[in-house]
Amino acid sequence: MKQVEILVVGGGPAGLCAAINAAQAGAKVLILERDEKLGGQLIKQTHMFFGSEKQHASVRGIDIARILLDRIHELENIEILVNATVLAIYDDGVVNGEIDGKYVKIKPQKIIVSTGASEKTLAFPNNDLPGIYGAGAVQTLMNVYGVKPGNSVLMLGAGNIGLIVSYQLMQAGVKVKAILDAAPKIGGYLVHASKVRRMGVPIYTGYTVKEAHGNDSLERVTIVELDENWNQVDGTEMDFDVDVLCISVGLSPLGELLWQAGCEMKYVGQLGGFVPVRTEMLETTVEGIFIAGDVCGVEEATSAMVEGYLAGLAAAESLGYEMENLEERRKDYLNQLESLRSGHMGDSIRLGLDKVTVRSEVVKT
Amino acid sequence: MSDNSIVCRCSDLTLEDIRKLIKKGYTTFDEIKRMNRAGMGPCQGRTCMPIILKEISIITGKPISEIAPGTYRPPVKAITLGQIVETSEGGGNEHD
Repeated sequence: MKQVEILVVGGGPAGLCAAINAAQAGAKVLILERDEKLGGQLIKQTHMFFGSEKQHASVRGIDIARILLDRIHELENIEILVNATVLAIYDDGVVNGEIDGKYVKIKPQKIIVSTGASEKTLAFPNNDLPGIYGAGAVQTLMNVYGVKPGNSVLMLGAGNIGLIVSYQLMQAGVKVKAILDAAPKIGGYLVHASKVRRMGVPIYTGYTVKEAHGNDSLERVTIVELDENWNQVDGTEMDFDVDVLCISVGLSPLGELLWQAGCEMKYVGQLGGFVPVRTEMLETTVEGIFIAGDVCGVEEATSAMVEGYLAGLAAAESLGYEMENLEERRKDYLNQLESLRSGHMGDSIRLGLDKVTVRSEVVKT
Repeated sequence: MSDNSIVCRCSDLTLEDIRKLIKKGYTTFDEIKRMNRAGMGPCQGRTCMPIILKEISIITGKPISEIAPGTYRPPVKAITLGQIVETSEGGGNEHD
């Protein structure tokens, strides 16, 4: 059985940052990544990030991934395995994985789960027609493999992902006919929304998809207005001739390994679904299992990175590694998170986190 | 409206299939899973579970936070028995 000090499950922004801090503290770290490449969603992001300089503001997501990977490769005590899916965490602490097609057992001393989130979808008639994609799939096709998903798109979801992917589709020469969202207001940043509006794309709020049409693949989508009780209003239907419907209706934290391990989980709508109860330092209710990124609650890549750094410190500390300025660094990360979650955009995140965070008196921000 | 809205892509279950079961009194994810295999396919509930929990919540009036999401068991994705056998035969690590 393979022995490791810290196992990081998932090599996206949170996992990479967790590995960097844990390895810098001296711990031996193993990163297992399901995909063939590290970087998670960062490698699909061609837009510049917000936040502050510490969090690589104004740098494109794909370049942030390169910066993190450069730091990872400088650290000799990080082992990376790709095409490696963690299948199970058992209650005796043994982890099973499928690595390059082989079934492998691992015994880590500490685990950082940074598995991210999966895309939610919607049930509407003919939602199984080819041409109906999740926004993540469209991003993967376009930005990782250079494949155009279609010629004209209807985007369902005016959150940041919906808005950003719409813009990227237009950059790729794909016509975006409209963006719609069931919510009465645009969920994403207005800077993204105004960019696509200036390019002539209408945004319909308070609308949902009524039905998709097509024989062998998607040809047309009917949308319909919703009243204040989310009921469809007859007579408000509009049709769009499109060959792609892109669904961006939120993400759901991928906590199945945490459920298996026996971590206490709670449903928190503001965080996207069932999430683990945790300390401020991101340890779950199972000692030695830490979390970072969207699995803690769906936010965005910047806070995922800061959470990763925080969890990396905590995991290394729990192994007895001593770090300089530990308390200062912690306070800095906690302050960064607080500032990222400030303002009205962070209201529901803060509300959600209050329901699952067990605050200690030791660390004050 | 004839409802062929697919909820579970792995087992081809529609919204109508799910609603019928909930109305018959199957009001947890595990009960529905045992009746029609929702959540037992390759996606292991990652696609259908949020939709099914929402439907249960709408029909029963219970908030999603009070509806059990079902039991998560290893492995999170399918592997072959052959892979397990290969490890226990070749790896020699089954006893440590």
